[in-house]
Amino acid sequence: MTTETPDGQSAPASADGDVLRVEHISKRYGAVTALTDVNLHLRRGEVLGLIGDNGAGKSTLLKILCGFQPPTSGHIFLEGQEITLKSVDQARSLGIDAVYQDLALVNQLSVYHNMFLNRERVRWPLLSNRTMRNEAKKRLDNMGIRIANVNAEVAQLSGGQRQAIAVARSVYSNPKILLLDEPLAAMGVKEGAIILDLVQELKQSGKVSIIIIAHNYGQVLEVCDRINLIQGGMITLDKLSSETSAQELTDMVVAEYRKALEERQRTAS
Amino acid sequence: MSDIAERAADVTGPGAGGQPPAGNGFLHALRHGTGAFLRQREATVFVVVVALFIYFLVVSPNFFTHANMANLLSGIAAPYIILAIGEVYLLICGEIDLSVGFVVTLAPFLMYYLIEFYGVPSYAAIILALLFGLVVGWINGFLTVTLRLPSFIATLGTSFVLYGVVLTTSHASPVNVPVSVEHIGKFFGNETTSAWGWSAFIWAILLVAIFQVVLTRTRWGLHTVAVGGNQLGAREAGISVARIKYGNFMITGLLGALVGLQIAFYDNTIDPSAGGYNYMFYAVAAAVLGGTAMLGGSGTIIGAFLGALLLSILTDGFSITGVNANSLFIIFGGAVLIAMIANVQLGRLREAGGRRG
Repeated sequence: MTTETPDGQSAPASADGDVLRVEHISKRYGAVTALTDVNLHLRRGEVLGLIGDNGAGKSTLLKILCGFQPPTSGHIFLEGQEITLKSVDQARSLGIDAVYQDLALVNQLSVYHNMFLNRERVRWPLLSNRTMRNEAKKRLDNMGIRIANVNAEVAQLSGGQRQAIAVARSVYSNPKILLLDEPLAAMGVKEGAIILDLVQELKQSGKVSIIIIAHNYGQVLEVCDRINLIQGGMITLDKLSSETSAQELTDMVVAEYRKALEERQRTAS
Repeated sequence: MSDIAERAADVTGPGAGGQPPAGNGFLHALRHGTGAFLRQREATVFVVVVALFIYFLVVSPNFFTHANMANLLSGIAAPYIILAIGEVYLLICGEIDLSVGFVVTLAPFLMYYLIEFYGVPSYAAIILALLFGLVVGWINGFLTVTLRLPSFIATLGTSFVLYGVVLTTSHASPVNVPVSVEHIGKFFGNETTSAWGWSAFIWAILLVAIFQVVLTRTRWGLHTVAVGGNQLGAREAGISVARIKYGNFMITGLLGALVGLQIAFYDNTIDPSAGGYNYMFYAVAAAVLGGTAMLGGSGTIIGAFLGALLLSILTDGFSITGVNANSLFIIFGGAVLIAMIANVQLGRLREAGGRRG
């Protein structure tokens, strides 16, 4: 596995254990630069916490990694092979799956239809509803997610249940890489615990590598092996969870605020 | 109404949390209740349809006759039913087609021109006229999806263009159905007391059955609901939103062309004043009466079928009982408003219940 660094910057430490490696990813929307130069890597079986302030570029990065949108420039390597992600479907077929912050659930559809959305079991030309219903039930049971009725519309479920269903849906296809965008957002501590337990279980299975996007540092540190801090469209810190603390991360984010504030005051005066 | 609302509140009120330990019994009841309540939307229209049918049956001896039933079902209802199918699909995925009524107007003229002016064989002319509907649907899809115009505006534009083409090419006067297609024509629709008099309605029934199954039991239907219910979410799940919308515009266009041919064969004349906005609005009204929300994400073909029957029975019943046709519209308007208010209010109740969790 070679690591090319055209501009002389140090590429992320790479090893054969890397399942995903991202080099010099940038993303611009017109005049707005969401990501300037992102380098990161994800080891096999690892849980990586990607944290940063709102607008730092976390979700943009995730949407690039899951094939939802292309980067402006940069390279993505999956198990050492460079890949070009063209669509969500293609990323999924390569083993990359995402749970979006908005969960991508359709309120008007049942739990099991949501779990199989765009991956329906079909006995052409009809949907195999019974198969999907049974598989959904079994899968939720196996994952310890308690949904009394998979026929219910997801609109009727609580935030934690909705999140759990979105996660269950994404791990269904046994992805190599799972991307979770703010899985604990808008969730109580109790409900958040359900999701963290789920992540722990996935981690112990050892089959899937996970990137969690979050801004709640404390809870994330619990489940993550390593933390990357993203600030201003770049990774500014890469440490093992055991070597950092919620305090250090908070300090770094606050320091950035101060800098921005001072800059604004300077230009104003 | 208030009793429905109370039941809805009952059903959804405490539900939302769905605390697992509380268990099966409760959620089961919730599902059961909700299911019953959802079905009720269609049930309400059904009851009204049956009641109106019985009313006119009792008050007029001319209502339940073979001739009047064929006229009611094939002549009046069938076009509304078939057009409503397309509108339901579009409304579910969050769009609308205002132009389909003018596809109805133009398609038979196109068939006529092809046969009379270009010597195209009759079968080919019919197929080309149907394809024309698909093309208009594709154009509406292109304007809405690719060029990102709101479908309301895009299809308003195509409406005027189509109507202009009809008036220009036909010089605003009707023509006779070409003799060479008359033998095929009765297959689509025919005003007669023979069995052919039912053909338009049989088409409508078949299409309702097919599209109800497509909506509820196939990927296409599921994805149509997903696109209307959560467009971003559908896209994130990898569903091609563009494909679904293009497809549903094209289905609507195709059905519009079919209805155009049916009306021409039924009336045995091709009339520039046939179809138009009236037909389109009746179709949308039928969809709404049947419980299809304008907000996307839900709707049923059976409901639209019943909605179209409701409008048709009123139209026919009023005309044979000699009620002034002008006052008919007051009742239409009231019915549409009541149905819509019920939809919106019940939907709000459901959402309120869902959020509480």
